[in-house]
Amino acid sequence: MIPAGGARGGGIRGLGKRGLVMGDTAAVDGLLASGWQGRDSLIPLLQEVQDRFHYLPEEVLGAISRRFKIPLTQVYHVATFYNCFSLEPRGHHQVKVCLGTACHVRGAQRILDKILRELELPTCGTTRDYAFTVEPVRCLGCCALAPIVRVDQRTYGHLQQSRIPKILQHYRSLAEVVA
Amino acid sequence: MPKLTINGIRTDVERGTTVLEAAKFFGIPIPTLCHDDGLKPYGACRLCVVEVGTPPKSKLLSACTLLAEEGMVVQTHSKRVERARQLLLELYVATCPQSKTIQDLASSHGLRRVRLEPKNEDCIQCGKCVRMCAEQMMAGAIGFAYRGANREVIFPFHRRSDVCRQCGACMYICPVVELRCQGASAETTLCSGCINFSPACLNYHDHAMCFLDPCVACELAGPLHPAPVKRTEKPKPPDLSAARLDAGPHVGK
Amino acid sequence: MSAATGRIAKLTHLRQAATRGRRALLPPQPKILVGLGSCGLATGADEVYRAIREEVERHRLPYLVSPTGCIGWCSQEPLVDVQLPGAPRVTYGRVDAQRAREIVRGIAESDFKPRWAIGMLTGYENPLTGARLRYAKQSARLDGVPRYEDLPLFRHQVRWAARNCGVIDPASLDEYIARGGYFALQQALAKMQPQEIIAEVTQAGLRGRGGAGFPTGRKWEAVAQQKATPKCVICNADEGDPGAYMNRTLLESDPHSVLEGMAIGARAMGAAEGVIYVRDEYPLAVTRLRDAIRQAETAGLLGEGIFGSSFSFRIRIVKGAGAFVCGEETALIASIEGRAGEPRQRPPFPAQRGLNGKPTCINNVETWADIPLIVMRGGDWYSRLGTKSSKGTKTFCLVGSVKNPALIEVPLGITLRQVVEEIGGGVPEGHEFKAIQTGGPSGGCIPASQLDLEVDYESLAQAGAIMGSGGMIVMDDTSCMVDIAKYFLGFLADESCGKCFSCREGLRQMHEIVTRITEGEGREEDLPLLEELGWMVRETSLCGLGQTAPNPLLSTLRYFRDEYLAHVKEKRCPAKVCRKLITYRIDPVLCNGCGACVRVCSSTAILGEKKKLHTIDDARCTKCGSCLEVCQPKAVLVE
Repeated sequence: MIPAGGARGGGIRGLGKRGLVMGDTAAVDGLLASGWQGRDSLIPLLQEVQDRFHYLPEEVLGAISRRFKIPLTQVYHVATFYNCFSLEPRGHHQVKVCLGTACHVRGAQRILDKILRELELPTCGTTRDYAFTVEPVRCLGCCALAPIVRVDQRTYGHLQQSRIPKILQHYRSLAEVVA
Repeated sequence: MPKLTINGIRTDVERGTTVLEAAKFFGIPIPTLCHDDGLKPYGACRLCVVEVGTPPKSKLLSACTLLAEEGMVVQTHSKRVERARQLLLELYVATCPQSKTIQDLASSHGLRRVRLEPKNEDCIQCGKCVRMCAEQMMAGAIGFAYRGANREVIFPFHRRSDVCRQCGACMYICPVVELRCQGASAETTLCSGCINFSPACLNYHDHAMCFLDPCVACELAGPLHPAPVKRTEKPKPPDLSAARLDAGPHVGK
Repeated sequence: MSAATGRIAKLTHLRQAATRGRRALLPPQPKILVGLGSCGLATGADEVYRAIREEVERHRLPYLVSPTGCIGWCSQEPLVDVQLPGAPRVTYGRVDAQRAREIVRGIAESDFKPRWAIGMLTGYENPLTGARLRYAKQSARLDGVPRYEDLPLFRHQVRWAARNCGVIDPASLDEYIARGGYFALQQALAKMQPQEIIAEVTQAGLRGRGGAGFPTGRKWEAVAQQKATPKCVICNADEGDPGAYMNRTLLESDPHSVLEGMAIGARAMGAAEGVIYVRDEYPLAVTRLRDAIRQAETAGLLGEGIFGSSFSFRIRIVKGAGAFVCGEETALIASIEGRAGEPRQRPPFPAQRGLNGKPTCINNVETWADIPLIVMRGGDWYSRLGTKSSKGTKTFCLVGSVKNPALIEVPLGITLRQVVEEIGGGVPEGHEFKAIQTGGPSGGCIPASQLDLEVDYESLAQAGAIMGSGGMIVMDDTSCMVDIAKYFLGFLADESCGKCFSCREGLRQMHEIVTRITEGEGREEDLPLLEELGWMVRETSLCGLGQTAPNPLLSTLRYFRDEYLAHVKEKRCPAKVCRKLITYRIDPVLCNGCGACVRVCSSTAILGEKKKLHTIDDARCTKCGSCLEVCQPKAVLVE
């Protein structure tokens, strides 16, 4: 789940919003050099950056703009338009609460409220310790199992509020082990 | 040279002409907010919508981005278009009540009430500033960001960019940056100081007969159409109690 | 495990691959299939799969264990099928690892555990060839296990687009070919002119399965006539409608059907390039597609000179980045071009000016999957099912408050009542049907009075809904229609690209007004105002999202006006959903003082001593529902 290796080294964990550290510019250059061409590479490239750094650092967006000669305003528009991109570092664990119609009629909003209460978040976002990012998502496509929450790659169905604390605890303990 | 029929006028236009350009050529006034002759058409304000096609298979499309095509039939001031514009302007006034441009447009379309909650935004996202900065000033310092209700025009990362030369072209071109006559803290959302065009002829006909304000035809008792529409009850004259009497159409007896 | 498929350049190679695939589909030894689609995985099917493999390996059993896709029986996942040579294929539902091991052991003991079996198949239609994949004699019966063809869930289904879902291993090209796959492409290249292919599609009466229902033959004709090159065919797999996952299932369970359809279409229209635009939220579908493309390229079924002809065609995958509006054709194109997903007004249509300004044909996943079928069996054959205006079959996801949530495929023309009551089994006990929502955020809510409507494009549109991509969400008396309108408006206001004024500001205002109504601050004049605003947004918006956005609201205003009036005049929510209009109260008779509610209350609103009646302080109660969940005697009442 948590990628090993240099891409995460010196990254966001415990460093708040410092973003990239000096050593990582090599990683960025490597990423930009690997065969991307043309305007239509922008979104896949940004997806790659998002996967590696767990957000889109400002420096990287500037580098992409210069390198591929796309006006920064347009890169920024793309970076802020789509749900999968984040300009702020995301937490270790992505908690995606499905708010699709089938989940909505089965109480998805209450599940989301419960998760936010447990993590002491006023609205969807990232916890202060960067352990979790909670986001709504519209339809993961498993509607028969409503209400659904996906944490990282794992999907939990038929959820009830009482199961939430245990699930979150499971992931919290994982994060501690890696640290 | 595609043949275009606009408000019943059949004409040839050069390939690449938009319906808005064709209408302008014939002196047909279509209101716009996001359009400027020096900028690429954008189609965001929706005020220039016209009815394309023959009912019931017609639809409303923005004239500024619509290229004239062979056989296209366009009505710029049908009942449907006027009703859509009225509602659109009601929404505009509610969104940006302190803009003189918008208040004037509302008045000139006979808008008499705003039933929506005023939002007091200072941007309608017409994109003129963005296009001006990119296309005319060759800077591209500002752009759109985010999506939906969160969409806004900003510098990337909310910081003034190096390429901004502070030329002021964005302020110059902005259609809402003018203050309305009554100022920023007017008591009412809708100004309606200069109401003049209220096409009373739409009570009798399917399309406005002309676009003059005030219109002599509206001052008379109604139909100049050769085959007057028989109605079972006399249509109500427009309520002019709120408007100044020396402007606006009168429906005489 | 099948031998790697070599290069397929001739019909004989195709037939050889088919023979290999048939051996894999009907092996001489017991075969165990595990449904490993997303729904299966979400309920623990991977554990089940591992458990079965371990059991088989540990005892060195000569059984084949194979993954398969989704047969659509969503409420019974994880599903495991056991196929003994000559015997019917038996399906087990809600299998866990332990039960799976016992099922495996049971095979050797000739105990097929009938009490866990939920269905059995003696054979499976292959609409591509007209033949039947025969597991056993058609007259075979198994004690106590219902036949699929007798089950209400499956009785009415005609699986054409989903012909291979749950039957083959999605990762096996040979099995796909054994079921008739790629024979249609071979036929199209060897025996048909491009115009003939388009003629069959037109004759079939196929309409775009993505929602709008535009005649596919006409779209292909328009692209074929364009002179500019390079032309492109795109598969719209951005399935964004909440409650719809038919496309996801097709891509996960039978990816080659889409590849083949696109290749045939490219041939017909003169395109050399194909793009599949898949939602970012469907990682398994992306994986399956990537593998399938790689397999097809290795076999020469994609790439240069397919089947020895001069036709070359490549497909690439583009992942969406999370924006519902990118399901709209011009926004999808903008996204592929690396821009924000802001639509363009149409005309011009993508057929004339699409990707990079070139002629482009965009069709939905299901539309592409239907193409090989139409080419193999002919348009005339396809058009025999359906209604006058809407031919063929359609997949639907029947979800929500229904006893058998499932992914189904039925002939168009079936009534909504048949879908909800016969196939779906109706709403759960103790509840009443209220509405069925079709067409996602572009669609509408259809009430009980309209249940006898035939499911086809025209009749649903007249009822104020649309067919949409296939999501059908059943709602019962526990749903508030004003809340549903608020939900859809909120969704659309969030997903709107924001470019055009009508949609952006119109939806925002409408959402606010409806929210006020759900909070007890509505006024009667709000209702006609909503209708007028809705009309304006529909008429003046730039793209399909805005043009259909008012539909859910307008359909609920049309059919459930009394519910709105109750909110506005009486400040009451009849369905007891809108939080500001309800109270939670503890029934003094049923409460046993156990205190379970106090422990979970999120706002310390419950007071009471042990073994004594507990009470809820309404001022502090946030209606979070935690107490409702844990109360054993069901003493918490919502009023």
